[in-house]
Amino acid sequence: MSAALPAKLAEIRDDFLALEVPDRLQLLLEFSHELPELPERYADHPDLLERVEECQSPVYIFVEVDDDRIVHLHATAPREAPTTRGFASILVQGLAGLTVEEVLAVPSDYPLTIGLTEAVSPLRIRGMTGLLGRAQRQVREKTAA
Amino acid sequence: MAVETDPNPAFAQFAHPERLVSTDWLAEHLGEPGLVVVESDEDVLLYETGHIEGAVKIDWHTDLNDPVLRDYLDGEGFAKLLGGKGIKRDDTVVIYGDKNNWWAAYALWVFTLFGHEDVRLLDGGRAKWEAEGRPYTTEVPVREPVDYPVVERDDSTVRAFKEDVLAHLGNPLIDVRSPEEYVGDRTTAPAYPEEGTLRAGHIPTAQNVPWAKAVAEDGSFKPKDELDAIYRDGAGLKDGDSVIAYCRIGERSSHTWFVLTHLLGFEGVRNYDGSWTEWGSAVRVPIVKGAEPGELPAK
Repeated sequence: MSAALPAKLAEIRDDFLALEVPDRLQLLLEFSHELPELPERYADHPDLLERVEECQSPVYIFVEVDDDRIVHLHATAPREAPTTRGFASILVQGLAGLTVEEVLAVPSDYPLTIGLTEAVSPLRIRGMTGLLGRAQRQVREKTAA
Repeated sequence: MAVETDPNPAFAQFAHPERLVSTDWLAEHLGEPGLVVVESDEDVLLYETGHIEGAVKIDWHTDLNDPVLRDYLDGEGFAKLLGGKGIKRDDTVVIYGDKNNWWAAYALWVFTLFGHEDVRLLDGGRAKWEAEGRPYTTEVPVREPVDYPVVERDDSTVRAFKEDVLAHLGNPLIDVRSPEEYVGDRTTAPAYPEEGTLRAGHIPTAQNVPWAKAVAEDGSFKPKDELDAIYRDGAGLKDGDSVIAYCRIGERSSHTWFVLTHLLGFEGVRNYDGSWTEWGSAVRVPIVKGAEPGELPAK
């Protein structure tokens, strides 16, 4: 299984699984409120952000890899799309401070393991799977050189 | 008991003006006995961020769909859902939502499958309510559960299955998806999981009228003459036509079904909810690619 799942992602998963299904929606709503604003330097450069087509609502992500090979994920989604904001917020928090290798090792089915499939439906959870996949692809691209 | 209809003169031009209420009307009638307001959104959390006072939430995925079968809930499930929300069979239900009432129209169509008589849309949905600066609350109303009768779902009147569409070929079809989906140009970038279907294109002879063409800038429905120009002059629909609308999973086409049925007065319009996610993966059904409607296959 996922013995190597980073601690923060595991903690988020366990927090969701500890709740009854309706309360998981409330927790996702709390995550949506916690999605940080884009850093100033990206706010004026929408061209740097990549649209995640798997999400029904417009969500844009951008990955930075710093000199210590730490990954920084930035994401933005409109206020009218709280579910998508919640998905992005989980990943921003869950991947924070991880190295390139750790981010790439996150299993692609992580979104299916956090108990949200029933609460939001399998179709909607695909949006989060798409977000994770794109973040990992951007990391690969930025470290390929 | 049914609540009085909205006498708004802007609705009088439509075939069934009683199916719409304005934001003004709703604001005045909130809390009236016999009126239940339902919010139905694409986003499963949007209601929780704020909704019209007293409104209950019904979600298209988690409430209206069967979790196992690809189908809607059955009569017992619908009775349990509505009874649990405190909605009586003779209540007036006004539905509104995000994305130009896309999902609200879908919910209304599902209510129609169960013959809930008085179900209306809030013209303009969330967007118009918000643009007018009207209030939201995050307080979830407490409604006493009631007994809603178990009514068998009617799948023959406003719903079409794949076999119905095959038998219908030669009659008007409206494909309400985006032009890119209709033409069959799926742009697949690296690492994009391609979702849903094995083939791209449209059902032969279908006219492409993207659903949102029926919507004005403020989110309300366009006036009747503009809708006539789109569906009659543009897509060639005539009185007496039997029409089937489809999209990808039947949600956007519920919106068009509402427009054709309740605003323009076409009778017997059906929504093919299997839509492209079924047709585009079914074996040996005819498909046309490109911008033209195309020809029917030789029998």
